[in-house]
Amino acid sequence: MSYNFQTSYSTASRKRPRRLYLGRIILIAVTLAFLAAFLLLPLLAVFTQALAKGVGAYLAAISDPLAWSAIKLTLWVAAIAVPLNLVFGVAAAWAIAKFDFRGKSTLITLIDLPFAVSPVIAGLIYILIFGAHGWFGPFLQAHDIRIVFAVPGIVLATIFVTFPFVARELIPVMQAQGKDDEETALSLGANGWQTFWRVTFPNIRWGLLYGVLLCNARAMGEFGAVSVVSGHIRGLTNTVPLHVEILYNEYNYTAAFAVASLLALLALLTLAGKSILEWREPELYHAARRQQAIQRTRRS
Amino acid sequence: MTTSTATIENATGVRGSARRVIPGFGLTLGYTMVYLSLIVLIPLSATFIRSLELGGGHFWAVVTAPRVLASLKLSFGAALFAALINAVFGLIISWVLVRYSFPFKRLIDAMVDLPFALPTAVAGIALTALYAPNGWLGHLLQPLGIKVAFTPLGVVVALIFIGLPFVVRTLQPVLEDLDREVEQAAATLGASEWQTFSRVTLPALWPALLTGFALAFARGVGEYGSVVFIAGNMPMKSEIAPLLIITKLEQYDYAGATAIAVVMLMLSFGLMLGINALQNWALTRNSIR
Repeated sequence: MSYNFQTSYSTASRKRPRRLYLGRIILIAVTLAFLAAFLLLPLLAVFTQALAKGVGAYLAAISDPLAWSAIKLTLWVAAIAVPLNLVFGVAAAWAIAKFDFRGKSTLITLIDLPFAVSPVIAGLIYILIFGAHGWFGPFLQAHDIRIVFAVPGIVLATIFVTFPFVARELIPVMQAQGKDDEETALSLGANGWQTFWRVTFPNIRWGLLYGVLLCNARAMGEFGAVSVVSGHIRGLTNTVPLHVEILYNEYNYTAAFAVASLLALLALLTLAGKSILEWREPELYHAARRQQAIQRTRRS
Repeated sequence: MTTSTATIENATGVRGSARRVIPGFGLTLGYTMVYLSLIVLIPLSATFIRSLELGGGHFWAVVTAPRVLASLKLSFGAALFAALINAVFGLIISWVLVRYSFPFKRLIDAMVDLPFALPTAVAGIALTALYAPNGWLGHLLQPLGIKVAFTPLGVVVALIFIGLPFVVRTLQPVLEDLDREVEQAAATLGASEWQTFSRVTLPALWPALLTGFALAFARGVGEYGSVVFIAGNMPMKSEIAPLLIITKLEQYDYAGATAIAVVMLMLSFGLMLGINALQNWALTRNSIR
């Protein structure tokens, strides 16, 4: 494609190709420099700082009992939040992609709402509801139930923050696919569940996987919302990102970056998963991307 | 695009019968509405209802306190500045990724999503390590008299990191869809490269560019994790609004925290509506369907 572009230019005018080539080199250089400064260097910094005091210190930091309890809590929180948002994502995408109804674009906007809310505010709203001075505060205290400054609050805040991820990925994928296949299966006598599992699911599973990957990355990495509702009780309500913060604020930089490198590895795995998806299903992926971009741009 | 739009239009044509053929409309829409209300709508409206309990006078006193105003100014100002930088460089980056081929392009393209996947706290401490006076980039900027870490500029740097993929990922598919023949026609008719870009390509990109800008801006206003480490958090100077909410909560000033949250939410939603209106105007002006 780029080849075509250049030849058409060179036939149009013989003076231009060299300037075009120079412009191209400058633009590529700007791109590489910008991405190196803002994306690559921070990533490299995490791993260099983590290994600054050698492999021994690194292993000591990530095998610390407090780090382990943080890792366990983070895995638990993601194990609850991701499946809930997955079920919601599939239901929402089915309703939005397979049917026409009034207020559909409003519904899509509302699903995106948590993206526009600061994570800190996401934490705050659960304190206003379940905290000691909150709506249900007296009731919860009387029955000795802890939600805020305990694990349930962390789970709720994480669900809120990761709420749109699966739906956001699935809606364009399902819309790009249309509903002809489902209608054919149904007219041939399949029931609703059979149609979903045998016809729809095989078509959307990669989009679904990508949504789950992103949702999981955010669930395990969420910091602001969880920080507000956790209460920072070591070994009890500390997730991995909060553990990183505590280590960092104690000037224990090597340990902070060592634990942070686990999260950076998770991010790299997520990106690798996404690239595999693109490589496996390029057409589906591009159709969905396009649909998403158009939808976002056109929404009012 | 043409095929997918065709299917959608086709489907709207047979709306009545389609609704009866595919099952599960009531179940899935019902579940969506219930879950949406329980997780997002009811909790979010709680914030607004709680702020009403404050009373107008108290509310006004809280949100016009100099420290609160300074933090709001920083959060919105830095987010705006970072989103503008991201719009410019995001346009260049998506242009380069779509139009040119060079070694490791696919790897570099995949890396653009890093800010979506990397936890904000990790990004925060990594950027601080880079831009601190003794960091890899900080010690290069130090002789030039540029201080990034622990200043408002640090906030901007963190927000550039957070917002970049929003601009690139919104522009890329639109750029891929652009009809090259129009550009080639402009070039054959004697337009310079810059004329072709500014008169032919850019007008078609405006709506997507605005969308990417708006998404990056909205994300930046509320960002917390990546900013708190690099900002230095000095009241009146480099303290962002979300941090002030947390400070108020730690002092058990729930009313104050809620008031700042409501102002932030209203400003963000208002700006998003404004940008949406601008977008519709740009869309109709360019008559892109």
